[in-house]
Amino acid sequence: MKWMNSRSAAGIALVAVALVALPFVAAMGGQAWVRIVDFAILYVFLALGLNIVVGLAGLLDLGYVAFYAVGAYVYALLASPHFGLHLPFWAIVPMGAATACVFGVLLGTPTLKLRGDYLAIVTLGFGEIIRIFLNNLNAPVNITNGAQGITLIDPVAIGGFKFSGTTQILGISLSGPQKYYFLLVALAIVVILINLRLQHSRIGRAWQAIREDEVAAKAIGINTRNIKLLAFAMGASFGGVAGGIFSAMQGFVSPESFSLVESISILSMVVLGGMGHIPGVILGAVLLTVLPELLRYGVGPVQQALFGKVLVDPESLRMLIFGLALVLVMRWRPAGLWPSSERRRELAEKT
Amino acid sequence: METFLQQIINGLVQGSIYALVALGYTMVYGIMGLINFAHGEVVMIGTLVAITVIGGLMAAGVPAVVAGGTGVLAAVVVCMAIGWWLERVAYRPLRHAPRLTPLITAIGMSIVLQNVAMIVWGRNYRTFPSLIRSESFEVAGASFTTVQVMIVSVSTLMMAGLLLLIYRTKLGMAMRATAQNPQVASLMGVNIDRVIAAAFVVGSALGAVAGVMVGSYYEIAHYQMGSMLGLKAFTAAVLGGIGNIAGAVAGGVLLGIIEALGAGYIGDLTHGFLGSHYQDIFAFIVLIGVLMFRPSGLFGEKTGDRA
Repeated sequence: MKWMNSRSAAGIALVAVALVALPFVAAMGGQAWVRIVDFAILYVFLALGLNIVVGLAGLLDLGYVAFYAVGAYVYALLASPHFGLHLPFWAIVPMGAATACVFGVLLGTPTLKLRGDYLAIVTLGFGEIIRIFLNNLNAPVNITNGAQGITLIDPVAIGGFKFSGTTQILGISLSGPQKYYFLLVALAIVVILINLRLQHSRIGRAWQAIREDEVAAKAIGINTRNIKLLAFAMGASFGGVAGGIFSAMQGFVSPESFSLVESISILSMVVLGGMGHIPGVILGAVLLTVLPELLRYGVGPVQQALFGKVLVDPESLRMLIFGLALVLVMRWRPAGLWPSSERRRELAEKT
Repeated sequence: METFLQQIINGLVQGSIYALVALGYTMVYGIMGLINFAHGEVVMIGTLVAITVIGGLMAAGVPAVVAGGTGVLAAVVVCMAIGWWLERVAYRPLRHAPRLTPLITAIGMSIVLQNVAMIVWGRNYRTFPSLIRSESFEVAGASFTTVQVMIVSVSTLMMAGLLLLIYRTKLGMAMRATAQNPQVASLMGVNIDRVIAAAFVVGSALGAVAGVMVGSYYEIAHYQMGSMLGLKAFTAAVLGGIGNIAGAVAGGVLLGIIEALGAGYIGDLTHGFLGSHYQDIFAFIVLIGVLMFRPSGLFGEKTGDRA
């Protein structure tokens, strides 16, 4: 908790006020911007989950989106007309987390001996296998409804309070995305606290030891097998919870949302922000969600003004910039945009 | 039995394409221990360049043979240039960086190439112009086409050429030396930078030829076709023992046959529960299986830290 203590109470209050004001400020640009802010926080959540696996334990996972997909589909199947089930939010989310956790262990067990780039390829393959199954499990028994996906998923509701549609609270009118915003912020704070506590715990230090040198970690008595599985399981559970919320927020899921590109985007957030450094990861997630949206709104008009027509479609330019950013950051700032002080020192020593 | 023979033939054709692409992975890995994630995208660009050149020349009335030859040549030249550029710009500055750094750069480069291809060629599927009238032959109830015969024979020739390059030329000797020990090789007067660049360029040229083959076999191409092809070819390289030239060829052919047989029989084996659209998962199952039980691959001799 060092970085929090070093800031004054006034600073924390300021952040709190900004967080409360944000959805109302964003709403001035239209509800679309509130949704973008919602997604930024959802990605903070996901990136922090992946940070446990990649940043702390040093296991390069390119199939993280599989767990996100599992969580999303568990929610979609248990709270939609597809099977006619409508279980409450608080019952499904733990189930989604648990299912994702089981999948995490399933992926972790056969890959325990693998390192570095081999692990990356296998996890990538695992992500693709999950997506192929989601795409095809509609015949002969229709489980996932194939490529069409599942629609009309219930929104989050706690007691009688629904998170979709506009409601009046204490005379303030809150839209659906604004209500989700507060739910997401609350969950994100929980995740950040868990991450902070983990980082300096016995387990967190064990993960970091494995990241630095697995053989040495084993030699000093760390049960590397269990600790690595724990990293997979915890990262996966976070992904599962995020998937459930995604499902409820969108009201619709299809295999298309869980492609390899999505895995790479989440990984980029962790890597660009600063692997293993919580404020860096948050920065990476926010930057990589909001910047592409700004591009989406900015690229079209700018081209229109310069060339008189839209030459390059904003979506492909967005991905292009993503790729270039990965290459450039690896070249010039290999520890990320906001690395932890230890990591920066290590890299400075090496060069 | 007819299905069996037919699937073996299909697998052999698909497998020889995998083998050519796998050689690109294995050469780079053997020499510098790097998975060139962007190799699949290089193959994709080869296919699309060939489509543009051949289509353009044929529309201008150039005979099919000349158009085809020029198209292949153009694809090879463009891919060699991209391979060289990739090494120079993306990987060379990172040669002494921690292992994850070049891997993430490679992912980034593959996104860049894919999106450049999308900007140049658009989002839609492109059809590959038909160069030769494909005839089918029938042997023992299984049929195969002229295109299939050409694919297998051209890739066999290319592989033979590569073996000659590696075992009979000075550059090949330099490559083998660098693969064994870069420091010592450079003390013996081998220009490491040039050898690594050559591995990228040769691998990309093989990839370009493979790209043209994929295009003429399936008759369509798309800016996203590279990633799955690349992954499978990488699996083939791992299956044969990455870094091992003969292994990549054997792995490619074997993977092609496993996939074809799997797709042909999965319906019967699961009583119709899983169909042939699960074809793509076989490669990943093979990959996970190999890495679990025999990480050095079927023909790999070295084991150790890398897997």
